[in-house]
Amino acid sequence: MAERYYTETHEWVAVDDGAVATIGITDFAQAQLGDVVFLELPRVGKLLEAGDSFGVVESVKAASDLYSPVAGAVLEVNESLNSNPEQVNSDPYGTGWLIKVQLNGDVGQGLLDEGGYKAMTEGQSH
Amino acid sequence: MPYLVHSADDRRAMLEALGVESIDELLRDIPDRLRVRGIDLEPGLSEQETMARLRQLAGRNTVFEDRLCFRGGGVYQRFVPAAVSAVTSKPEFYTAYTPYQPEASQGTLQAIFEFQTLIAELTAMDVANASLYDGATALAEAAMMAVVHTGRHQVVVAGCLHPEYAEVLRCYGDGRGFELVEGLDRMGDRTAAVVFQQPSFLGLLEDAAGLTEAAHRSGALSIACVDPISLGMLAPPGEYGADIAVGEGQQLGLTPSYGGPHVGFIAARRDLARRLPGRLVGQAYDGRGRRGYVLTLTAREQHIRRAKATSNICTNHSLCALAATVYLTYMGPDGLRQVAEVSYQRAHALAERLVAIPGIELAFPEREFLNEFPVRMFHVEHRLARLKEAGILGGLRVGRWLPDLDDVVVFCCTEVNDPDALDLLVNALARSAERTEARTG
Repeated sequence: MAERYYTETHEWVAVDDGAVATIGITDFAQAQLGDVVFLELPRVGKLLEAGDSFGVVESVKAASDLYSPVAGAVLEVNESLNSNPEQVNSDPYGTGWLIKVQLNGDVGQGLLDEGGYKAMTEGQSH
Repeated sequence: MPYLVHSADDRRAMLEALGVESIDELLRDIPDRLRVRGIDLEPGLSEQETMARLRQLAGRNTVFEDRLCFRGGGVYQRFVPAAVSAVTSKPEFYTAYTPYQPEASQGTLQAIFEFQTLIAELTAMDVANASLYDGATALAEAAMMAVVHTGRHQVVVAGCLHPEYAEVLRCYGDGRGFELVEGLDRMGDRTAAVVFQQPSFLGLLEDAAGLTEAAHRSGALSIACVDPISLGMLAPPGEYGADIAVGEGQQLGLTPSYGGPHVGFIAARRDLARRLPGRLVGQAYDGRGRRGYVLTLTAREQHIRRAKATSNICTNHSLCALAATVYLTYMGPDGLRQVAEVSYQRAHALAERLVAIPGIELAFPEREFLNEFPVRMFHVEHRLARLKEAGILGGLRVGRWLPDLDDVVVFCCTEVNDPDALDLLVNALARSAERTEARTG
């Protein structure tokens, strides 16, 4: 599995050898949101800039925007979340992935590595 | 907390920001003749004397008998069974304000759930919300749903939509960034939805299935704005594939009462449920497996989504929706069909008799109608004035909105216009025809 990078808005991204980025939300994010009940995800083909809102995650207590860590075109959307959104809670880095994006250029600066993200989230939980 | 939220200073600051001197100046668009500058009463009258004087003044209002009112155009005289107010006047329903805590409000929540179910069944759609303000705002909310769902920013009006509904759509469009255009020939890959009214503002039947197909061919949604009573006779929107059905529910147990409060309804296909504005009540089960009702999908709403909410609606017209619920339940499918059929028969009988009068003809003889129909009339103004003298409220002149149809009057019949009332109307129009002929001939 490729190395994961993180955003300050609690998304993760992992890029494979074919420059395909898989994007999801972090374990910390799913724990804060509580039970995820619905995801609004983009259409395949949609072009995203890094930082663009690409959808909404709805839990029993909040609705939050999702922001793309990278620039590129949406290649695939995790359709299984339509009927099983709870995968985002149970397996946020595995079956709970949200979208795959064909990278346009490199993974930008400003993303956090595992240690950086962990440092950021420590003390944030409430 | 003070009861009046705006202090004199607040009001002064607001007027200053608006650049006007006084509240009177702010309201100067209201014509002077329509303003009441107090009622001139002698000082020292007793309560009884005051009431007598006020009654005398009120007697100067022109009040048409229900059965002699032949005007529709969006608001209708219908018979309201006493059962409606017997239920809506119960203090548990009448006095409670936003009672949505499931622990305390099962009655209200169940009534709303039943309203949603009735509207969904009536329109043959999957899901309906707890109601909106009125038909026009329901239509505008539907247009916004389509814009968000398709990511497109043009809404096409097909056929003759109520001009005031179009005005509300335009107003919402200005704020929410969609453009309203008229005519199917404007359809394209920017079109989010095709909007039509069934029957149309003029009372004519539109090709609802054809318009829906045309919308879908362009990847747009089909939004049907329907008369709920007409669904006693016509195919419901869900049957011809409409994606969203909306309408004005006034005819379901509410009186015209100067144009409101009324109740809008909105229903949609299942996959659009999360785009529905406002409240939704769902059926649920408690820890012991007992059935109960709760607000559901509230994460869509403004109090959670804040600035990201796709609608500013965070309320409904519960009491009016309750009236509609009682009305529909009381009437049942057969009763509703009967109301629609009687209205249809009366209107068609009236149309036949009107066109036998010299100087009156059907405006669109090739088109079908239900209980409202447009006629062309010579001497329109004169004839409507004669009717008024006879205590009859004639049809609606549409030239105010549609200058090309300046001599067109839309007549409406419902179950309250009994056969005697039809005779009075026909005779009054025939007499005015004779007099007009005598004068001009």
